[in-house]
Amino acid sequence: MKSVVRRYFANRATLGVAILLVCVGAAVFAPFLANQNPYDLAQLNIMDSGLPPGSEGWDGHYYWLGTDEQGRDLLSAILYGLRVSLFVALASTACALVVGVSVGLFAAYRGGAFDALLMRVVDLQLSFPSILIALILLAAFGPGLDKVVLAITASQWAYFARTIRSSAQAERSREYIQAAQVLRYSSLRIMIVHLLPNSVAELGVVVAVEMASAVALEATLSFLGIGLPITQPSLGLLIANGFSFMLVNKYWISVFPGLVLMAVLISFNMIGEHLRKINEPGYAA
Amino acid sequence: MGWFIARRLGQFLLLLFVMSLVVFVALFALGNPVLNFINPSSPPDVVRQAIHNLGLDQPAYIQYFRFLSGIAHGDLGNSYTSGRPALRLILERLPATLELSLGAMLIATLVGIPLGLGAGYRPNSLVGRFVEGFSLLSVSLPTFWIGLMLIIVFAIETGIFPAGGRGPTTDLLGMKVSFTSLEGLRHLFLPALNLSLFPMALAMRLTRASVEESLRMNFVRYARAKGLPPRRILSVYVLKNVLPSLVTVMGMVLGGLLAFSVITESIFAWPGTGKLVIDAIQISDRPVIIAYLLFTVFIFSTINLLVDIVCAVLDPRISLRGAAS
Repeated sequence: MKSVVRRYFANRATLGVAILLVCVGAAVFAPFLANQNPYDLAQLNIMDSGLPPGSEGWDGHYYWLGTDEQGRDLLSAILYGLRVSLFVALASTACALVVGVSVGLFAAYRGGAFDALLMRVVDLQLSFPSILIALILLAAFGPGLDKVVLAITASQWAYFARTIRSSAQAERSREYIQAAQVLRYSSLRIMIVHLLPNSVAELGVVVAVEMASAVALEATLSFLGIGLPITQPSLGLLIANGFSFMLVNKYWISVFPGLVLMAVLISFNMIGEHLRKINEPGYAA
Repeated sequence: MGWFIARRLGQFLLLLFVMSLVVFVALFALGNPVLNFINPSSPPDVVRQAIHNLGLDQPAYIQYFRFLSGIAHGDLGNSYTSGRPALRLILERLPATLELSLGAMLIATLVGIPLGLGAGYRPNSLVGRFVEGFSLLSVSLPTFWIGLMLIIVFAIETGIFPAGGRGPTTDLLGMKVSFTSLEGLRHLFLPALNLSLFPMALAMRLTRASVEESLRMNFVRYARAKGLPPRRILSVYVLKNVLPSLVTVMGMVLGGLLAFSVITESIFAWPGTGKLVIDAIQISDRPVIIAYLLFTVFIFSTINLLVDIVCAVLDPRISLRGAAS
């Protein structure tokens, strides 16, 4: 156990985990860390609009990262935005995980025509750019947090399905599965209790990578103005918000949320990269 | 071979049919789009008249059949807002998107392949490390964020390139293009660079991986034993082996770029199809959205179909396997 822990925290992944922990901590404790609730209009001071980073406000507030055009403390806005971004990513990756793992496991266990059909659908879906799938769904359902989660889930589940299916298929022909079948356990029980736990090893990588792409996809959709509504500002919306002020040299409104977004994405990918290395056959601790 | 192409063509047509159904049903769930662009306080008979004129009072299946027969005539309905044919709007914008995507592809291959070759040949060199870092960054950073950075650095701070728009265009074979003038090229460069980053990283990784693989082959050892310089080994012996798989993947990516150009076009105010559809989604201009989605899926699937057929022609094992199953 100890060596497993040590292996997970070797080199670059340690940095990734550290950055991620800081971000998650900041997101969870945002209400305590932020010095204002950026969406309570009563707390905003319009006199402080568009202040550069490190300036002092009208009533003595100190704005570390400056303010946006409505006088909103950018640091607070980022903390709350991080909360929304991470929540969307977590929710959609969890949904995609459940859907994908169910489909993949079922396909591997049943085999035959079911397997062929389901994997055709998976291949088809994987050949489509994720942004196109998200566009179709969001064009149909309109913006909104639940719809964004749905759109991201729809463009991600196939990765999970294919990953779990390939490892479950290898396990499928092992003796312990046959033994369980001889004992006349139900298919559901065999799939969940026997097949699933032995097939999940590769999933860690996919989870890490898909968390990153969920954050990125949500930010992109929100940036394009077809993702989250303005009342639930994620990092992507904050960046979009500052975009129009960039041309008048108020770069910070976009850049700081962007840097936080970047940190989140890179940390997920570092972790994913490291998990991939651990899973490779030749890996030595 | 004939069977393989026929089967693949059948799948292609089935996919298009399913997509038309999916897109139509999905957008039918939108509710009544009329209320988005008609004054909500108009008298009820005006609203009713507008709904009737757009054919929205008919049952869904009739609308779908009208829609299908329209497609057969190349008619995808008129835009709710401008009243012009949706397909026409898209075709007018298509040259801009094509120019952007092809420009991106050009940059991606010109930069990606040489760097990939270098990185594969010497993984621990400066180039190797750069490729490693670049591919981590390019999968991590969303296109729109890199686009913003490009605008800040090259347009706002230094002013080398314009921040958006297409610049002057000239007519070439009936298409408006901007790469013929210097000013047009300046406008094209940043968006194309932005869009090229994803295929560039892909080209780098793919080339690197296949170079690493082919370096272990006997023909490379032999070339080395002959005392050929590394440059010649890479550019003649190795590259020839890498190209077929590279062409396949890049062909497929080109289809994806048409969809991904949505992001780049929005950032750089590039007047292509992607910008058109984002604007259409925001005002629920249903015929334009449907036309865009179907058109993009059509182009995308056509490219994939062609790539598959070319592969089957190049590699007889593929069509044999297809016939056996």
